[in-house]
Amino acid sequence: MGHWEVVIGLETHAQLKTQSKIFSGAATTFGAAANAQACAVDIALPGVLPVLNRAAVECAIKFGLAVGAQIAPRSIFARKNYFYPDLPKGYQISQFELPVVSGGSLSFQIGQGDNLTEKTVRLTRAHLEEDAGKSLHEDFHGKTGIDLNRAGTPLLEIVTEPDMRSAAEAVAYAKVLHALVRWIDICDGNMQEGSFRCDANVSVRRLGEPLGTRAEIKNLNSFRFIEEAINFEVRRQIERIEDGGKVVQETRLYDPDRKETRSMRSKEDAQDYRYFPDPDLLPLAISPTWIETVAQSLPELPAAMRARFAQAYELSAYDATALTATRETARYFEEAVAAAGRANAKLCANWVMGELAARLNKESIDIDAAPVSPAQLAGLINRIADNTISNKIGRDVFDALWIGEGKDAESIIAARGLQQITDSSAIEAIIDAVLAANPKSVEEFRAGKDKAFNALIGQAMKATKGKANPQQVNDLLRKRLG
Amino acid sequence: MIHASLKQLAAALTARRISSVELATLFLDRIERLNPKLNAFITVDRDKTLEMARAADALRAAGSGQVAPLNGIPLAHKDIFCTEGWLTTCGSKILSNFVSPYDAHVVAQLKLAGMVTLGKCNMDEFAMGSSNETSWFGPVKNPWNTALVPGGSSGGSAAAVAARLAPVATGTDTGGSIRQPAALCGLTGLKPTYGVVSRYGMIAFASSLDQAGPMARSAEDCALLLNAMAGFDARDSTSLERAAEDYARDLDKPLNGLRIGLPTEFFAEGMSADVRTAVEAALDEYRKLGAVTVEVSLPNSGLSVPAYYVIAPAEASSNLSRFDGVRYGYRAPEYGDLTDMYAKSRAQGFGAEVKRRILIGTYVLSHGYYDAYYLQAQKIRRLIANDFVEAFKHCDVIMGPTSPTVAFAFGAKSADPVQMYLSDIYTISTNLAGLPGMSIPCGLGAGGLPVGLQIVGNYFAEAQMLNVAHRFQQATDWHLRTAGLCE
Repeated sequence: MGHWEVVIGLETHAQLKTQSKIFSGAATTFGAAANAQACAVDIALPGVLPVLNRAAVECAIKFGLAVGAQIAPRSIFARKNYFYPDLPKGYQISQFELPVVSGGSLSFQIGQGDNLTEKTVRLTRAHLEEDAGKSLHEDFHGKTGIDLNRAGTPLLEIVTEPDMRSAAEAVAYAKVLHALVRWIDICDGNMQEGSFRCDANVSVRRLGEPLGTRAEIKNLNSFRFIEEAINFEVRRQIERIEDGGKVVQETRLYDPDRKETRSMRSKEDAQDYRYFPDPDLLPLAISPTWIETVAQSLPELPAAMRARFAQAYELSAYDATALTATRETARYFEEAVAAAGRANAKLCANWVMGELAARLNKESIDIDAAPVSPAQLAGLINRIADNTISNKIGRDVFDALWIGEGKDAESIIAARGLQQITDSSAIEAIIDAVLAANPKSVEEFRAGKDKAFNALIGQAMKATKGKANPQQVNDLLRKRLG
Repeated sequence: MIHASLKQLAAALTARRISSVELATLFLDRIERLNPKLNAFITVDRDKTLEMARAADALRAAGSGQVAPLNGIPLAHKDIFCTEGWLTTCGSKILSNFVSPYDAHVVAQLKLAGMVTLGKCNMDEFAMGSSNETSWFGPVKNPWNTALVPGGSSGGSAAAVAARLAPVATGTDTGGSIRQPAALCGLTGLKPTYGVVSRYGMIAFASSLDQAGPMARSAEDCALLLNAMAGFDARDSTSLERAAEDYARDLDKPLNGLRIGLPTEFFAEGMSADVRTAVEAALDEYRKLGAVTVEVSLPNSGLSVPAYYVIAPAEASSNLSRFDGVRYGYRAPEYGDLTDMYAKSRAQGFGAEVKRRILIGTYVLSHGYYDAYYLQAQKIRRLIANDFVEAFKHCDVIMGPTSPTVAFAFGAKSADPVQMYLSDIYTISTNLAGLPGMSIPCGLGAGGLPVGLQIVGNYFAEAQMLNVAHRFQQATDWHLRTAGLCE
């Protein structure tokens, strides 16, 4: 694509984790029977009125604080007017001219291995609004069913500047944003259920030229779809321009089965939403005291924690990033370090990111439900650190802990007799036996074949059922043969 | 008994001279006999009414005298208030089949007070009108002369009370819809300060202007009814959280030294001669009662009608979007696709005046016109409110005519919307400013028809306004004059 530059901005709708809806008392739990969670306000009976949910506002304040944005002391709810069967009032209550959150940014690392670069995406705004219901086109024999359970669910719409330059950057941003909203506990991040969905504004331009005409791809509900949709759209736009055509401003939908975007409506069909301040709601006033109270409740943020991990535990940027991927992972790691001692932090990091992560992933278990507790893992790590067992035996002990064979590493090591053999005379005796049984290997080694040495070590380890300290075996064997 | 005040009715009920069932039956019988001539009620349900009356009687029998002051007294509700189990139409075909599953706050409050619902009163469709000619259920007739309009939009409530089909009624006022029909039917009506009465369950016309209030024969009755209607409601974000007050507390205060502001603009041209004569006679009466009159100015009041006819339709165009035939209300029997279903249901379900205002409102909110119309109108609104703030530095209440004329004939203005809109020229500015306003009968004009005197108070000055009205009613008998139909 050489001389082409891709320009992407994202709009993300995050459903806020409140008990009740943004303007009514109905519950927000996902998966209830159709219309079981729609009250008089949600179905827009004549005469009903909205009342703002404070908890939703607190979510917005938390987010604003977490991205270093300005939180408006006074913001306005506006009506966005359009007709649709799943929009009961005929308008959506949103924010237009004065949003609750303005500015802020998200920074993250992008690239692989040593090739990491820091990327910052500026946020334009984040505003509160209500979700619509759902139209159900199946099971109604040519008619359409309406489920208003989702109607009125609070959303925070987070809008970026057009700061991303590739699908990979857009996905990296979306992942960091996804992690952040879960970190500060304002959104459950469940993308299948639609709790976190993105619209991508995509345009292309030749380097140095002004911004091209953009197309908006709606409702991308997985990171893979974001990437595929943007990549398809970029190719489509470039091909069109190179063929002498023009990109038209329009809304497009991504079809994941055919892996392509399709036009949904053009700018000419764009609706005039006739925004105006909602006279049923007072301006939303947020005092510095309120912001301060919310700030107190905010956990340490991922960026700060990442920096602290790198410094306090002497971890690489890669390790610190991986361990702060979620709050639960970070909490697990810190509890393990607290029990294992700071000197063993790197070992803890390796185990959490390695064996533990692999096993959790394989069995689809969340880290806060891991069968091996941080204290148990720390106990295991301590036995490795003091050479009671090898790293390899450690994995067996870990498996035993996982299935609940013993209450801690100590008891499993004792019960199974896994304690590492470190007595030199005992190891020497075994080496002697191995040398006596493998004269051919000894000969080959003396003829200069290094492979033979490894074979002998293997035999010695096998004879101890892996319990000998491998380094010690190595040293003693070399001494013996040298 | 049909002419009795709320106080007299309460006393009769307390003394067991009459039961609530007997009282309700008395009024139901009158409704049955006279409503065909007036069309003041859209819905009457004798069984439901008597059931409420029996409950009120039972409460009194069990309660050893400790019942709410209005317990057992019947009233009529404007059909804009949602009433659980009752048809609630808002005067429109589009809600002609809507039975509300819940009570409006006002309805619930009055139920709690033990009041008995006689029925639902006719009104201009979605409260859009000043003559009651826009109702899908046909026009209401003025009990003083059935060839004339009762005013609107609370025309059914006004006619019902004026013809003694109900002792009192609820109304709503967006640009004069309580005060103007009160004036045209010889009643006392009060629109409280915006936010004093909850709007929850009151079908919205223009949310920033709508306010419910009492319609009655006297200021005293208005005060007692308002006591039961007012109060904070967490379900209405524009409801004001204030301590409860007794609106009847100051009724008897003398008026010595009361400063009555007379806006130059209200006494310029536009008022008919008979109205002017009655209003000026009423002002003389006030001077006799110890008040002084001072001239004040509301320089932007001439802009109130144009500003109102931008803001109110803008809000209405959005408020009425929910009537789409999808979940409740009227749906066209035949249609093609979704858009066609919307278009046909709304085209058939709404009347001409409602469509006119939806069109105006949609236009003024449209891209490219918003700044020129809606924002300008909001600026004017602030100027109008500031005019009142300035005027109230020099006076305690403001007085003037409620309506430029007495009741007019059917069809006299309905062909010319602007002429109709000018019926509210004196009342609209108080809605724009959020101020309380009331109308009291102050004389008879052409054709022996009642003339209304408008009293506008400062924010939350309802008790004072009721005092000002009550003292006048103690000294005069205009409020006791009855419509021909009552005799």
